[in-house]
Amino acid sequence: MVTSLLLDLPLYALIALPVVGALLAWPAARWHADAPRWVSLATLAALTLMTLPWLFASAGDASPWLAEFRAPWMPRFGIGFNLAMDGLAALLILLTAVLGLAAVLCSWREIREQTGFFHANLLLNLAGVAGVFLATDLMLFFICWEAMLVPMFLLILLWGHGAGQPRGRVYAAMKFFVFTQASGLLMLVAILAMGWWHAELTGRWSFEYTDWLALSLPHDVAQWLMLGFFVAFAVKLPAFPVHSWLPDAHSQAPTAGSVILAGVLLKTGAFGLIRYGINLFPEPAAAFAPVAMALGVAGILYGAALAMTQTDIKRFVAYTSVSHMGFVLLGAYAGTETALQGVMVLLLAHGLSTGALFILCGALYERLHTREFGRMGGIAARAPRYATALVFFSVASLGMPGTGNFIAEFLILAGSFPVAPWPTAVGATGLIVAAVYSLIVVQRVLHGPPADDAPVQDLLPRERGTLAAALLLLVALGLFPQPLIDAARPALATTAALLPAGDAR
Amino acid sequence: MTSESLLPWIVAAPLAGAGLLFTWRGIPDRAVPWIGAGSVALAALITALLSIAWLPSPEPVTRVLWTWFSVEGWAPRIALHLDGLALTMLWVITGVGSLIHVFAGWYLHGDAGIRRFFAYMNLFVASMLLLVLADDLLALYFGWEGVGLCSYLLIGYYRDDPANGHAARKAFVITRVGDTLMALGLFLLVREFGTLGIAEIVATAPERFGSGDPVIALIALLLLGGAAGKSAQIPLHTWLPDAMAGPTPVSALIHAATMVTAGVYLIARLHPLFELAPVVLQVVGWIGAIGLLMAGITALAQRDIKRILAYSTMSQIAYMFVALGAGAYTAAVFHLMTHAFFKALLFLAAGAVIHALHHEQDIFRMGGLRRRLPLAYASFVAGSGALAALPFVTAGFYSKDAILFAAWGGGHYGWWTFGALCALLTGVYAFRLVFIVFHGPERRHGHQAPHEDRSLRMRLPLLALIGLSLFGALVPLTAALSLPDVHVEHPLPVLLAQVALSLGGIGIAWLLYGRGRETPEPLRGWRRIAAAAFGFDALFDHLVVNPWLALCRLLRRDPADGLFAAGIAALARGLHHGALLPQTGQLRSYAVAIALGLILLLGAALW
Repeated sequence: MVTSLLLDLPLYALIALPVVGALLAWPAARWHADAPRWVSLATLAALTLMTLPWLFASAGDASPWLAEFRAPWMPRFGIGFNLAMDGLAALLILLTAVLGLAAVLCSWREIREQTGFFHANLLLNLAGVAGVFLATDLMLFFICWEAMLVPMFLLILLWGHGAGQPRGRVYAAMKFFVFTQASGLLMLVAILAMGWWHAELTGRWSFEYTDWLALSLPHDVAQWLMLGFFVAFAVKLPAFPVHSWLPDAHSQAPTAGSVILAGVLLKTGAFGLIRYGINLFPEPAAAFAPVAMALGVAGILYGAALAMTQTDIKRFVAYTSVSHMGFVLLGAYAGTETALQGVMVLLLAHGLSTGALFILCGALYERLHTREFGRMGGIAARAPRYATALVFFSVASLGMPGTGNFIAEFLILAGSFPVAPWPTAVGATGLIVAAVYSLIVVQRVLHGPPADDAPVQDLLPRERGTLAAALLLLVALGLFPQPLIDAARPALATTAALLPAGDAR
Repeated sequence: MTSESLLPWIVAAPLAGAGLLFTWRGIPDRAVPWIGAGSVALAALITALLSIAWLPSPEPVTRVLWTWFSVEGWAPRIALHLDGLALTMLWVITGVGSLIHVFAGWYLHGDAGIRRFFAYMNLFVASMLLLVLADDLLALYFGWEGVGLCSYLLIGYYRDDPANGHAARKAFVITRVGDTLMALGLFLLVREFGTLGIAEIVATAPERFGSGDPVIALIALLLLGGAAGKSAQIPLHTWLPDAMAGPTPVSALIHAATMVTAGVYLIARLHPLFELAPVVLQVVGWIGAIGLLMAGITALAQRDIKRILAYSTMSQIAYMFVALGAGAYTAAVFHLMTHAFFKALLFLAAGAVIHALHHEQDIFRMGGLRRRLPLAYASFVAGSGALAALPFVTAGFYSKDAILFAAWGGGHYGWWTFGALCALLTGVYAFRLVFIVFHGPERRHGHQAPHEDRSLRMRLPLLALIGLSLFGALVPLTAALSLPDVHVEHPLPVLLAQVALSLGGIGIAWLLYGRGRETPEPLRGWRRIAAAAFGFDALFDHLVVNPWLALCRLLRRDPADGLFAAGIAALARGLHHGALLPQTGQLRSYAVAIALGLILLLGAALW
């Protein structure tokens, strides 16, 4: 009953809800400093509830989508306000809402200034993300893509760390902006060119994804346009060698910013790669696959090597993200359904585990006022619950069976192996180095002699609740991933069928 | 009650124990060992019920719990499979496991982290049970990684000393090198068979692949990599001696009786696959033959009581590898079982000694303890006797002889020679330890003389394991039900040679160390090499660790960042200066520019 009611809501409600939440949260700060937090929590809880039923919905025979919404916008250029939902989008929006909740909860104590504007930015950012996952008109997609960027830029710039340092929050925010903006412009050029080619070939302008799917572009044009999309998504992912904005952004961003950045924004890159980078240009993408997989494997090892030498815990987690996102590139371009399902599970599992790790970094910073490993140590004896949480999420991120991360990495590697045995074998060494860097950090933070004798406050109930929820979700994902695999199957099977490798098994 | 319905409860009991101990932070310390040991004892009890229900008609049974996931027709499931081999492993894990848990309750009495300790131990037992009961290799891999994690957590249990953390990490990472090789083997299996179900793979492999097929050989070799890592065999063995940093009951349970035998179990379980790759079976045998001798020699030059036992564990598992190589899987599992008895005994007895001497582990600072610690002495004599295969009266004699006969009977005279020589060495190093620790003049140990605790929790496990070390060969080996029966001759001269060598080893030890010894042997000649365990650690440092760290240091500043940041910044700066050029501040140049622009625009419009 309630489910069907929620499914009947128009799709734009999923974007409008956080926008409305943002507009309410902003002025609510005048009433009480904590009011924006409650508004945000309520908004994101509602978003979670509204997204959940989509996982169990099934599409009719006629349409690949679970639901669509279409409204003319700029008909002269064939631009429409077109949205559509599929299983993959539903999973990622759900992840967005859940991590949004975590982000609000983890900034409860950290953010004290301008709470209204902070939460408005947070919610607007998430609205942009929801738009990216839902839009099927590429102009609308691009607008949502930009709409994610600005609020995140402000979150880092205004509430970030390291004010006045040479590589502080201003530097980090600018770097983030420049990298994403420059690559976004490439994508805009590609989008405009696609619209123009559609007019050229069919006599009608269109920016609609399903129209573009039917288009058969000249080979060399398709190649260049594919690259335009690839660069934008590779920067967002981020893929080696265009990853370097991420460590700076993470280390300076407030905790909530890091959680959203790692947990959600990076996923838009992966989503874009699969939905647009591959689906729209299957042949050039297949030809490009060896390069993409090589970049993925390079990223796995490069990120791991960089993670080894970091002394700042947030930069460390950022580089581990670079390493994990290498698996995404490998699996997406291997293109078997198994590998693509692995990518999907990795997006969710990495979102949860890395989000939790950033929450733990933030909690540590609130207590010790440092992010340097050299000033940690011996936390385990002083804050046992904190230690349990850090060990669990570190072990999850190194791919322990029983967590979603294992399912993800195993599916990616098992699915890539028949297509590309050598890149897979080299990428699999990432499993070893992940163990090395994760356990070294557990040692540095938790064990050994403490840097000082000051007591460390253990996790508060609010933090415990957030982390326990992430833990349970990760374990559920590790033991019972099938419902999610079923939900994402139609979308991913389509992609796999487009690539020659999809038939390898 | 049917056997299938009992199976899940065997895993559930220790898992519930772990869950309870992890979540119930306020639990009184006194209650912790009861839950910890109780849950494993409950698993042993269910195993007993299971044996009664299953043995009358021992057909393999499977209990499917759920399908883990299903993609492209590949649907690994979480299912528990019982056959003779699994039942033997169940007995070793739950039986020896509960004795060790009881002992651990005594050993860790009063330790502040006892709740954490027993939670990890129970989680280990649950993972190990999943490993041996899994009917799908992916579920086996779940247990396989789970035991590795618990091993890591327990080696680093005393976490104040960074050295322990290092040892724990080393164990985890080196075994993970093996695990990753194994994972690659699993990827190949998925590609070739579309499944990781053990029964299907074992059944269809001979139909689809001829003997010596390179694909099967590669799969077997990769799986062997996993087995070598977990079972501490050359070249992935270097973690085991360091793993002794964990509390002694951990060494007994994980690094002697159960986890380190997982590799032996894996190969025995998949033996039809390995038999299609005779070359790999040869490799298995040679890894064992060389490893047993090397570990035996290394044990002779050690002075830490636990490291001696660690190298002897490696050596004994190497015997099992020889048996596997020779196709004598039953003999391998037989030795696995008796080894679990006597090695658990030796470690627990070592724990009793270490406990009495306030964490002293150097055998040259012990000496003359036989009167002070009579039960530990009796345990060591029985355990070392079994280890050295003291003829006819110990369980170790029968199982080790079965292996040597299999090597001889299979025509593997090289392996037999290595094994027989090492039997001599085993006698020497085992009783060198006994004589140095317990014989000779008594030493002063601090202010008060060491005394033996009369606690039942400490004595009962030792007494039970003494019994098993002596008479354990009489325990029915259900594993024989599910492994091929290989008939081997027992030629009398070979038997006599084996008896003579093991007695000779003990005799040599008596001549050299019978009156005890107070000073370590000087580290000269072969002893220097042996004390450094043949330099494997240094080799890996040079070949792998240091190059990797050098690479990390080289990349420390993220060269890719330098490239992009510098590139973008230079571009922006260049554009900036370019844009500044016409901004001269001179009115006439502006006027010229405006005029030119106007002409240009007008011209363009009129064109």
